[in-house]
Amino acid sequence: MADKRYLDAIHDALHEEMARDERVIVLGEDVGRKGGVFGVTDGLFEAYGEDRVLDTPLAESMIIGVSVGMAANGLIPVPEIQFADFIHPAFDQIVSEVARMRYRSNNDYGCPMTIRVPYGGGVHGALYHSQSIEAFYAHVPGLKVVAPYSPADAKGLLKAAIRDHDPVLYLEHKKLYRMIHDQVPDGDVDVPIGRAAVRRPGRDLSIFAYGLMMHEALGAADLLARDGVEAEVVDLRTLRPLDTATILESVARTSRALIVHEDNRFGGFGAEVAATIAEEGFRHLDAPPTRVCGPDVPAVPFAPPLEQWFMPNAEKIAAAARTLVAY
Amino acid sequence: MSAREAKAVKSPVERTPQALGVQDRELLEMYYYVRLARAVDERMWALQRSGQAAFVISGQGHEGAQVGTVYALDRDKDWLVPFYRSVAAVLVKGMPPAEIFLIQLSKATDPSSGGRQMPGHYGHSGHKILSTSSPVTTQLLHADGIAYAAKLRGTGEICVTEVGEGATSEGDFHEALNFAAVHKLGVIFLVENNGYAISVPVSKQMAVPNVSARAAGYGMPGVTVDGSHVLDVYVAARDAVARARRGDGPTLLEVKVPRLTAHSSDDRQEKYRSADEILHTKEHDPVHVFAAELRAWGVLGEAQERQIAERVRRAVDEGTELAEAAPAVDPATATRYVYYEHDAPPGRGR
Repeated sequence: MADKRYLDAIHDALHEEMARDERVIVLGEDVGRKGGVFGVTDGLFEAYGEDRVLDTPLAESMIIGVSVGMAANGLIPVPEIQFADFIHPAFDQIVSEVARMRYRSNNDYGCPMTIRVPYGGGVHGALYHSQSIEAFYAHVPGLKVVAPYSPADAKGLLKAAIRDHDPVLYLEHKKLYRMIHDQVPDGDVDVPIGRAAVRRPGRDLSIFAYGLMMHEALGAADLLARDGVEAEVVDLRTLRPLDTATILESVARTSRALIVHEDNRFGGFGAEVAATIAEEGFRHLDAPPTRVCGPDVPAVPFAPPLEQWFMPNAEKIAAAARTLVAY
Repeated sequence: MSAREAKAVKSPVERTPQALGVQDRELLEMYYYVRLARAVDERMWALQRSGQAAFVISGQGHEGAQVGTVYALDRDKDWLVPFYRSVAAVLVKGMPPAEIFLIQLSKATDPSSGGRQMPGHYGHSGHKILSTSSPVTTQLLHADGIAYAAKLRGTGEICVTEVGEGATSEGDFHEALNFAAVHKLGVIFLVENNGYAISVPVSKQMAVPNVSARAAGYGMPGVTVDGSHVLDVYVAARDAVARARRGDGPTLLEVKVPRLTAHSSDDRQEKYRSADEILHTKEHDPVHVFAAELRAWGVLGEAQERQIAERVRRAVDEGTELAEAAPAVDPATATRYVYYEHDAPPGRGR
């Protein structure tokens, strides 16, 4: 056990997996000598060399497309997309190639890779350094999508992703890199892909969140507790495959569901959670499944008052929770 | 005519198999594959016309380019990352005709996809042929990744990938050639230039006469040859293979080929190609040009011609019968292999 920042936990998982298995390689923009623009891959270049820690040309489709071929020929690539905002040129490679390789070849080829994607707002990144992209990719069969909120989960889920037989989109929140630190076990951390976790039990409503918003949801639960409202906070962690059993069990206990994400609301990931609860947990509900999301503007605007207006936070979540409990 | 222009780029005169160190046995084997690919392709159309197959995407006219190139590989060791016209290429790489007819008829035992993909989307890990998709040019980056892995793992494998000239307008073309050149990867980028991207002529696709001219911008050699002359293709591919094997990097090999059919069974090329052009395109048919050359070199006699024709006929008929007798796909299997399954047959997938 050691106290680690979120960023260090990701770094340690990469380091340990590269040491464990020489097939694991890291590639992306600035991941080598510089150690990544956020410092996540710092030291890997020195430890494993330029052939396994590859500074690529500035071309996202290339980063993913080359990873497809590497995976077909015996490597386990861990490509980094420098910012989620810049993943879009690789959409075709991820959706048409990575996600479909196993299905379209009838299991003749797999496509094991872990695509690391720093995402999220609240970092003064404006429209093109703040995006959440999970809705686009969680929609795609063949992909797995994870979004850890704690250092221990960040390490455990990254190791699980790298050891998975299938492609995993690993969403790491930029604001969490240096914002949080916590105890992280040395070596392996057992965090299976596909399991949500109840982080705080409660009886009055269930709040479902992931990534940075988990911290805001826990903050909201503290605020609500002062008013005597006991919120259960469920960390989804894996968006696909979604742990619907844990979600429905929680709703069965609380009868109220509040879903939180910073991505904008319309067609966002929360709609899938809400629909699942409505379809499969309707008999438990005392109120409509409700969402707290980023507003439906194209992306996070820059000026601090605008960014604060955009981002969901503990106060906004608590306010929505009070309305929901009073329904 | 694209093929005529190509002659001006690289003259076929002064070339004989002996001078180039190519044996009669090799020439006859290449000729067999050219003929086999044509016969398989014609059978694909027959199956479509008779209502047994829903769709055909053809390689007729591309046989010389594909056979000449893939024949230069170590066909057991090296990789092929094909595209949808790769009938001849996959045959040379080891796919028997039956496996082509199995995807053509969308049967359960189709090794490319188990009936999941449209015909023409070949793939087979046993033959080291990567699975094909429909978005064009994505596969060039996959070839880079395969070659990078080969280099890192020290396997000595190299990779041929195929693409049409229309697809060279895509961004992935640039990204793939650039990356391969930076890392001196053992990739041969085979551009089969048939003059059309469905209906759009090459003159509306690019402002240069030859795709190969772009190679200089990436720091790799670019070669243009006439795909009617299979020996020329083979010799150019042999050079590219040797360069890749030495670790000197990729080659952009452009082969000008005639497109002898419509784009696909869903296309009517008479709408955008003149009758005269369609007629004259046949003059560049690699099957006939190669046969005439082989006869002129004294490599192909009447007896051998008959023997090869019979071998081809038997292979195509037997392949068709095998595929026709194969079971249809069970819809109950349609949800399998979205993700890895622990009970999957060993050795397939990862």
